[in-house]
Amino acid sequence: MQVDAEPYHIVIAGGGSIGLALACALCDALGSGLRIAIVDRVAFGSATGPRDGRASAVSAGSQHLLAVLGVWPQLAQHAQPVTAVDITDSALDDVFRPVLVSYDNTVGGGEPATYIIENERLNAAILAGVSRRPSIVLIGGAAVADYAADQHGVTVVLADGRRLRSPLLIAADGRGSRLRAAAGIGVVGWAYQQVGIVVTVSHEKPHRARALQHFLPAGPFAILPLTGHRSCITWTEEEDVGRAIVALDDAGFLSEIERRFGHRLGRTELAGPRGLWPLEMHLARALVADRLVLVGDAAHLVHPIAGQGLNLGFRDVAALTEVVADAARLGLDIGSSIVLSRYERWRRTDAALSAAAFDGLNRLFSSDWTLLRTARSAGLGLVNRLPALKQFFVAEAAGLTGEVPKLLRGEPV
Amino acid sequence: MTERPTRSEATLDPSEIDRFARLASEWWDANGKFRTLHQIGPARLTFLRDQLLRHFGGGERAGLRPLERLTLLDVGCGGGLVCEPMARLGATVTGIDPAQENIEAARQHAAGQGLAIDYRTARIEDLVAEGAQFDAVACLEVVEHVPDVGAFLKTCAVLVRPGGLMLLSTINRTTKAYLLAIIGAEYVLRWLPVGTHQWERFVTPAELGRHLHAAGLGTPVLQGLAYSPLSDAWSLSGDTDVNYFAAAAKPG
Repeated sequence: MQVDAEPYHIVIAGGGSIGLALACALCDALGSGLRIAIVDRVAFGSATGPRDGRASAVSAGSQHLLAVLGVWPQLAQHAQPVTAVDITDSALDDVFRPVLVSYDNTVGGGEPATYIIENERLNAAILAGVSRRPSIVLIGGAAVADYAADQHGVTVVLADGRRLRSPLLIAADGRGSRLRAAAGIGVVGWAYQQVGIVVTVSHEKPHRARALQHFLPAGPFAILPLTGHRSCITWTEEEDVGRAIVALDDAGFLSEIERRFGHRLGRTELAGPRGLWPLEMHLARALVADRLVLVGDAAHLVHPIAGQGLNLGFRDVAALTEVVADAARLGLDIGSSIVLSRYERWRRTDAALSAAAFDGLNRLFSSDWTLLRTARSAGLGLVNRLPALKQFFVAEAAGLTGEVPKLLRGEPV
Repeated sequence: MTERPTRSEATLDPSEIDRFARLASEWWDANGKFRTLHQIGPARLTFLRDQLLRHFGGGERAGLRPLERLTLLDVGCGGGLVCEPMARLGATVTGIDPAQENIEAARQHAAGQGLAIDYRTARIEDLVAEGAQFDAVACLEVVEHVPDVGAFLKTCAVLVRPGGLMLLSTINRTTKAYLLAIIGAEYVLRWLPVGTHQWERFVTPAELGRHLHAAGLGTPVLQGLAYSPLSDAWSLSGDTDVNYFAAAAKPG
């Protein structure tokens, strides 16, 4: 005899930044009467596994969302605004790397278009936001074993046999989403023959809130300013070269960094663990299935070249919150196909365009072919001379173009 | 013996009842025969919710169940496409339909959704005979299928408690409505089965207003329903030339 499943309005699989932010947003929109459960295979707030040394570029739109959710005050002291971006395009051993494009990275009124925040800080702040909303139920240390959707709802079975029942299940379970696989939703995508190296360094001189992007032959090398005299380096290499570099001792690793970093910030030191991440891109063939919605990396994994992965996820959060809130306020079945198809229509184009654009950027810049180098230099030079076009690119990356969901405009749902 | 039809036969056309009964199992398929009803759902539920909250008060920050404390009768409830959302919003809902098959389908579905809705195979005259009254009575996409609109609305109005609200939706009798609702929706786009509507049964807002007045109800608030082909979405509008809604209060 099976025990009755625990009833919820919404079950979210995956307790990362996206799943947690979504729970906060839905709770605020629909009140504490809304029963939300977040399930994650690891315990919430536990420091298991290797430290994530990565940092994310949080766009102005995402910042608005975090502000509306009340998460920003705790985060502000750890968020480094980026008010300008310098781009160079050079061969590795060029001594002099002229700044090819330099753009003002602000949107209306001098608001920074981007903040750089360490992932661990971001996750902790949103988790604290969840704990201030006691109606959200956290079920940690419990993997989703299976789920089954029927005409009236979805039953989620956890590894320990516990069963949850709700009209809507949200997959925020990351790039290798088990729910996506269980729903039979395939992905289109590929792995790049490149790896991303991530490390935090401290440096002698202030970065003056400027990010630097060197387009080196192996791929982009980004220096993202963190709070204090620190920067997060995110750097693309061919796979075997990258593995060899990460395996070097500290002195050797640091000299490889300095070779690429240049000396404009003075002497540098390692200030955090080094990480190596496979670079891949994928786009789910569908964003919804029966009573299931994909958000974040489960739906789309874009090349990190523009640091937009997290922001795309927050755009999913904002759009889905609005779609679910509108439906619930009309008494509609929030997991019905008529509701979910609105989310799919809203998000599909954005995700596909972003994936294609960032992939194109990467291909364009991961080449040492002189003619291509000349062409892209000319292209960037052109962009540099057209302020309106640059402003558009900045606003686009900030997530403030197209049909912008309320939360990204800084309005409550 | 008399050849005159009984009262209930005057307000219900038997051939119409049979036709909808055959479609009962399709009610909840959002991409099936009732796709259009599912598509217009958000717009018509918006009208109902907003008019109920405007008339009876409440709303804004009332949480998930702003219609708590209201009793609502849905006349011609079909498979329950309006009853279920209204029940989720907190209303105590009664749904009646003359077709047993519709009521059976609606009951099964509501049970699966965990919603308590009083579904009954009944006619409005049965409820009048019981002396039942409700805070609000909804007759959606019904008026254009009854042979005597005036008699039908008079009977419905008896079921609205003094101070209550009557909610209606129907189709205007205009050339535009003929082209869009019959030629367009039935013959060209195949949104609705051919024969769903007969143009001469469509009702103009002025006629509806006169019938409502004769039934003892106030001047109706009117709103149109507009379709945008570009976004494939329905929304409320000021254009009442084709589909339109009306809300009329019964003096308290």
